[in-house]
Order: sequence, then structure tokens, then C-alpha cells
Amino acid sequence: MAKKNKSKITKKKTEIMGSLKKLGTQIYDQLDSGVFPTISMPSRSTENINYDPNLRQYILGEKTVTRSARNIRHVKPFTQLAWAALFSNELTFHRKTSTLRDVYYSAQAYNMTFKNQQESNNIITDLETATGHSREDFHIFPEERSAVFGDLTIGYTVPGYEGKTLNLSSHPDGVLIGPALTSSEFVKTSANKVIAIEKGGLFTRFIEEKVHSKHNSILVLTAGQAPRQTRYFLRRLHDELKIPVYIFTDGDPWGMHIAMVIISGSANAAHLRNLNTPDAKWSGVWASDIVKYKLPSDPLDEVDIKRLHELQRDPRYQGDPLWRKEIKTFLKIKRKAEQEAFSRYGLTYIVDEYLPTKLKQTS
Amino acid sequence: MSQASFQEISASDFFYRNRDIAGFTNPSRAIFAAIRELVENSLDAAESLKISPDIYVRLSSEGKESKDAQVYRLRVEDNGSGIQPRFIPSAFGQVLYGSKYKLKQMRGTFGLGGKMAVLYGQIMTHKPATIISSTGQAKIYSFKLMIDIQRNRPIIMDRKVFINKEKWRGTIVEFYIEGDYLRAMPKILEYFKQTAMVNPYANLTFVDPKGRLYRFNRVTTEMPEPPKETLPHPYGVDVELLQRLIYVTKQKNLLEFLKNHFHRVGDITAKKFLEFSGLSPSKRPKKLSHEEIVILVQNLKKFKEFRPPDASCLSPLGQDLLKAGIMKELKPEYIVVNQRKPSTYAGHPFIIEMGIAYGGEIPRRNSFQIYRFANKIPLLYDEASDVSYKVINAINWRRYKVSPDMPIAIVVHICSTKVPYKTVGKEFISDRPEVRREVANALREISRKIQHFMSKREHVNRERKRISIFAKYLPRIAEFSTSLAGKEKRPDIKKLIASVRKYGKEE
Repeated sequence: MAKKNKSKITKKKTEIMGSLKKLGTQIYDQLDSGVFPTISMPSRSTENINYDPNLRQYILGEKTVTRSARNIRHVKPFTQLAWAALFSNELTFHRKTSTLRDVYYSAQAYNMTFKNQQESNNIITDLETATGHSREDFHIFPEERSAVFGDLTIGYTVPGYEGKTLNLSSHPDGVLIGPALTSSEFVKTSANKVIAIEKGGLFTRFIEEKVHSKHNSILVLTAGQAPRQTRYFLRRLHDELKIPVYIFTDGDPWGMHIAMVIISGSANAAHLRNLNTPDAKWSGVWASDIVKYKLPSDPLDEVDIKRLHELQRDPRYQGDPLWRKEIKTFLKIKRKAEQEAFSRYGLTYIVDEYLPTKLKQTS
Repeated sequence: MSQASFQEISASDFFYRNRDIAGFTNPSRAIFAAIRELVENSLDAAESLKISPDIYVRLSSEGKESKDAQVYRLRVEDNGSGIQPRFIPSAFGQVLYGSKYKLKQMRGTFGLGGKMAVLYGQIMTHKPATIISSTGQAKIYSFKLMIDIQRNRPIIMDRKVFINKEKWRGTIVEFYIEGDYLRAMPKILEYFKQTAMVNPYANLTFVDPKGRLYRFNRVTTEMPEPPKETLPHPYGVDVELLQRLIYVTKQKNLLEFLKNHFHRVGDITAKKFLEFSGLSPSKRPKKLSHEEIVILVQNLKKFKEFRPPDASCLSPLGQDLLKAGIMKELKPEYIVVNQRKPSTYAGHPFIIEMGIAYGGEIPRRNSFQIYRFANKIPLLYDEASDVSYKVINAINWRRYKVSPDMPIAIVVHICSTKVPYKTVGKEFISDRPEVRREVANALREISRKIQHFMSKREHVNRERKRISIFAKYLPRIAEFSTSLAGKEKRPDIKKLIASVRKYGKEE
């Protein structure tokens, strides 16, 4: 098994480096034949982002853009892209990991400067689009804040940890979802479901209340909008362990959308695949729960209402009628509630009463 | 009961009592005014012979007189025309005596600058002035003089004659004055700098009481044509002047009278004018009645066909010298000048010369630096009251791609036989429509040129920036792609960089 794993990793590495080298060679050859180099890639402009109902996620359309070093406005980002490719190549070759923040600062060592973090992030996204690989493939990760807890034993594949295993219930704060975790092999689990939770408070409460054993579940903290690798991790849990994923968020348009992005992906990642879990379920807190459970709630403010109208038009919300129903309810009651609102019924109510009901309701 | 007594006072006395008029307001102003009057006399003395002026000014401390004022010895040496010995006592010892009451452009405006300085010095320190001068002939004359203020007469204390072995020519004035140099210093230094700007053919040296040397070297020996004395222009004539002309004329008829006593009036113009005013050409001038004289004056002002005064009585710097002067003192990156054609106000000819300078060593401030000159004298006070200040600030500079935070200096020079000062202080030009129009026209002219310069500069900068971007990034692309492709040799990108030059090679 270890050997097979190793060859899989080597194959992946060869593939990634191959595509980076291809990009470099393309630029080199153009320069060498005396023409300004160009790079074409799918356009990420909004009119080229389409929702694919079969894949159940956003994808990029047919439109491409061409970056040319002949263009005064392109030549700098073009150079940055070439640098990012070279930097990624080195990371991949040495099997080192880096963060987006790290990329921003590393550039300075190469005498390449980015105006700000946003600029360097955009270049990394360009590189993803141009090569068709996600930045995680190039060993570039965002700063981490999401976590996982539950009975799942993983086997590391990162250098120096090969062969070592870890049970994800071994630390009560949960285990950080970072590159070492997302690249690990899933060895063994007793869980039969995954519960993704928006907020750290509730995640901790669930661990304390032993939701993982009571409900045979792996708990994942998304910490707000789930980072890409957390979404990728959820997808792997679903696909490889073949267990359902339930999502619990605040009862407001923003919480609802956190669930939607896990399910249907984001427009920002339309150039990538396997980041969404189409079969995941949003289990609460629904607008109708606010009514049903008489939860303490706050009035929706203007931006909330504006957001709800936007979501109404969003193609991702056109599938399951649940979404449109809940949006309508929000607009009708004009109230929102946080997950913590269940505390009015005692600290354990949400775990003992609400959670089982909702899991049943959405499975 | 006492009778009211009417006491006649002498010119010296009058000016001593009213010394504010001549600029001797307080100790710091007095020292500035004294230097300025003597330097200007020296410049005139050299220019009248078209000699490149060499002027040496030394101010040395002679001890404290009171808490606010010190006594200084002021010495001014020039290489000008020199003064004939018989005129020396009156030239420096008698107020309102001098060569400046004729019709030509000169610097001094009161004819009492030098004398006022000597007078002021004498009153405050009770010491005589020393004048040494030679016209370059065999002898050098040295006088020690005081002024009898009541009688407005020079008192000669001492007189010496030396053999002029080295054929020296020029004038040395030395006298004692009470003042406050430290407070006057900024204005004095500014005065020298600006004087050097409009007299680029002069060497100016100033040694201050602390022994510091300030030197302004000439950058050219070219000099403007000295002004010529001229006849009065018809538009500038009043009844009084006309009566005096009639009194002295030898002409037997009006036609000849007009042709001989007025500036730029020839046979045709004179005839047209006489027809216009209904006066007979054969009329004897001395036979004109008082009413006829009045009619004549009125018509002289009304008649539109007199030719404008020519500029021979004026001595403008000219575009080249103005440019050289601004270049020398301000060291700008770019400069454009314009000289207007002669114009007149109330019969007095005048010429406006303007320059605008950008960049280089001109400091960036929040407003334009304006340098004002009248007959090659810097005007250092009351800038905001000057007509040129108003004109400059009335312009919509954005149209000319210029804004006040740019390093820009504007130089305006008016020369005239009678500079239209607004006040007795003679520090700013009054807002007369004729003058305003000329200033505005000159300004528009140079502004248009600076606009072209700005556009071109902007263009060149943009182009330079564009090329520098390619020159910066293309080699990096080559570097990165070579590594990434695993190649050894970098691709040659010189041709690519060369190809982005749209507009040919830059200077």
C-alpha cells in the first residue's frame, strides 16, 4: 500500500512539474524566436462563468484571454506569472509547502514585487487557470483556521511523516486542516457521517457533548466561509469514505451561502474541479427553524435583504426547492438567528434535540 | 500774538523730512535703499557708455550706535562713465540735481537716490561722504562732501587730485550709514540676485559686514542698446508742456512745429492731424490763443493716427539677454521668453518683456515664483498689488497644463520712460488697461509655449516610462522561462526591447 501510494505521489509530482515546464518552454520558445510571448487561458470574467447543472458547480466557458508581454499593461503580470510558475516548480520539486502570504514575501527574494497580497493571490489564480491545477497542487496553501475532529485515522504522505498515522479524535481542540492533512490517506474510520459547522463555539460544544460518538460523525469546523482545501477535504471525506455530509450554519443569508459554496462551489474557483460536495446537505439553521423553535432572533438589516434578493437570482439556488422556500421565509419573517440561539433551551438542547431531528429530516 | 510764519524749505530739507518717500523708512530699509540707489547709479553709468558693468559693494561694520542700529561704512565702486570733477559736488551734494530729468529710460526714478543715501548717512552719523571719480582722462578727483541741508548746497570739506596712471575710469562712493544689516540681509541678497538676473552682462560683488563674499558673474558681454533721448509723444502732452514748447520753438508754422517737436510726427501725419483738428498748417505757433492751445492738446489726444512711440528711448533687455539672465540665476530646465512690441499709456512708451521658467533648480512651492522688474530694477515689495500678479492669477493655468505646485518662475519686466508705479513707494505697477493688456498678451504667448513644452515633456516621460517597463520586465521573463524550461542559454531579447521604441531614439 505504501509503495503504491508513493508511486501515485511521484506521478502527480511529475504531472505538475510537466505542466509548469510546458508553460516555461512555451514562453522560452516564443522569446527565442524573437516574438513577444503570450499565454492563453480561460477567461475568468463573470460572463464566462456558467453554472453547470450536471457537474453541479460553476465552470468556465469557452472564452479565453491572452496575456501578451507586448502589452504595457500585461507585461508586469506576465512576468509575475512566469515567476510564480518558477517558484511553484521549485516548491513542487523540493516538496516544500508555502502559503499565499509566503508567496507574497518570497517574491521579494527574487526581486519581484507585488503591490499587495491581493495582487500576488491573483497571479496564483492566473497560474491555476493557465495550468488547470489548483494551487494546492503547487504546494501553496492559504493560512489555516479550519479544523476536524472525529474517529478517522489518517496516514501521512508528507516528507518525513510517511508511514505515520494519526487518529483525528486524539486532540480535543480538533486537528488543523492543513496541507499535511489534506494530502494524507484515509486509513480507518467508524464514522458514518460528516457534520460541518460554521462556528468554533459550536464545534467545541459538539466535541464536549461527544456528538462524534453519539452520532458516529466526523466534525469539521469551516470557520466561516470554508477555505478551498477544507472544501476539498469534505469532498474527499464524502467520496472516499462514502458517507453523507451535513452542514450546520447560522440562520441567515450568509450562513445559508456558506452551505451553498460547500455544495455547489464558488465562482472564484470556477476554473477548478473537486472542490464542491454536490450531495452535501444544509441541515440548518433554516429560516423555518426560527419560527418552529421560536429562536431568539434579530431583525434582518438592509444588506441581509439585499443579499437574499441576490441569492434568489443565483443559479445555484434554482435546484433544490428547499433553498427558494427558505429564502422566501427569511424575506417573510425578516428575522435571523445564530446557532447559539438554541442556548435559550439549555446547553445540551441543540445536541440532544435539534441535531437528531435535523439529521433525520435532511438524510 | 504771533504771526503765522511761512518758511520756505529746501529740497534737501523736504526730502529729509519725507524720507519715507525715497524708501528710507527705518534702519533696515535704509541700508537696503542706500545700496540699491548706488548700485543702480553705477549700472546706469556703465550702460550709458555700453561698458559691461563691474560693481563692487562693501558694507563694513563701524561699531554700535544704539540698541537697534549699527553704523556701517558703505563703499560702492564702479567702472562706469565717471563724473566730470565740476559736477561731482552737486551730483552728490545737492538734491534734485542730476541727469535724470530727460525723456529716456533710466533706472533711478527720483534723481535723488545717491544723494538721499548720502544725506541720510550724514544726518545719522555726521560724517562726510567721499567721492572718487575719473572719466578715464589724466586725473582722478577725490572729494569729501557734506550737504548743507537748509540751503541744499554741497559743502566741500576736502578735494584731492591724483595722476591717473592706469587710466582708471569709474566712480567710488563711500560714506557712513546707520542701519540694521541683519534684518536687511535677506532683501539685500535677494536684490543682488534679481539685479544679476536682469543685468546678465554685469559683474556684481558684495562683501557683507561679516566678510562674506557674494559674487554674481556676467555670462555675456552683449548689452542692450543704450536708450536715446527722445521728443515727447503727442499723446503724452499737456497744456503746460505745449506752452513751454511754443515758448522755445524757432518754427514759424504749425506744420513745422509739429514735425520738429514731437516724437514720430512726420509731414504726412502732421498734415492729417491739422486737417483733423481744423487748425491751419501755416499758423504761427506763437500766435496761438489760449483756447487754441487747449483745442490743440485735446486733439493731440483724440487723433488716432499718430504712430506709436518707437522704442529707441527704451532699453529693454531683449529676449536673448532675458533668457541668459534667468538661466544664470534660476538654472531652470526650460525657459521661454517673449518681448512685446512697444506700446504706450498716456503717451509714455513702454515695453513688456516676460519669461517663464520651469524645473531645474527652481523650488517647488504652492504658488508661482514671480520676479518683477521695472527698468531693470527688481521690485521686491507689494507683489500682490502689482498688475502682473493679478494677470498671472487670473489665468486658467490648467488650460496650459501648468499648476501652481509646479516649480515655475515667471519674470516680468516693464521698461518705460515713465514707469506707471501706483504709489510713491515705487514698488508695484498700477493696473492700467494698456499695461494690463500687454502683460496679458505676453503671458499668453509664453504660456502657449510652456504648454507645448509640458505636452512634449509629458509625452517623452510617458514614453520613457513605457520603455523602462519593458526593459525591466522582459529580461526577467527571459530569466524565469529559461530556468523553467530547463535551458542553458537565455533567449536574446535586445531586438524585442528595441522594437517597443515607438518614436525613435530619445535624446
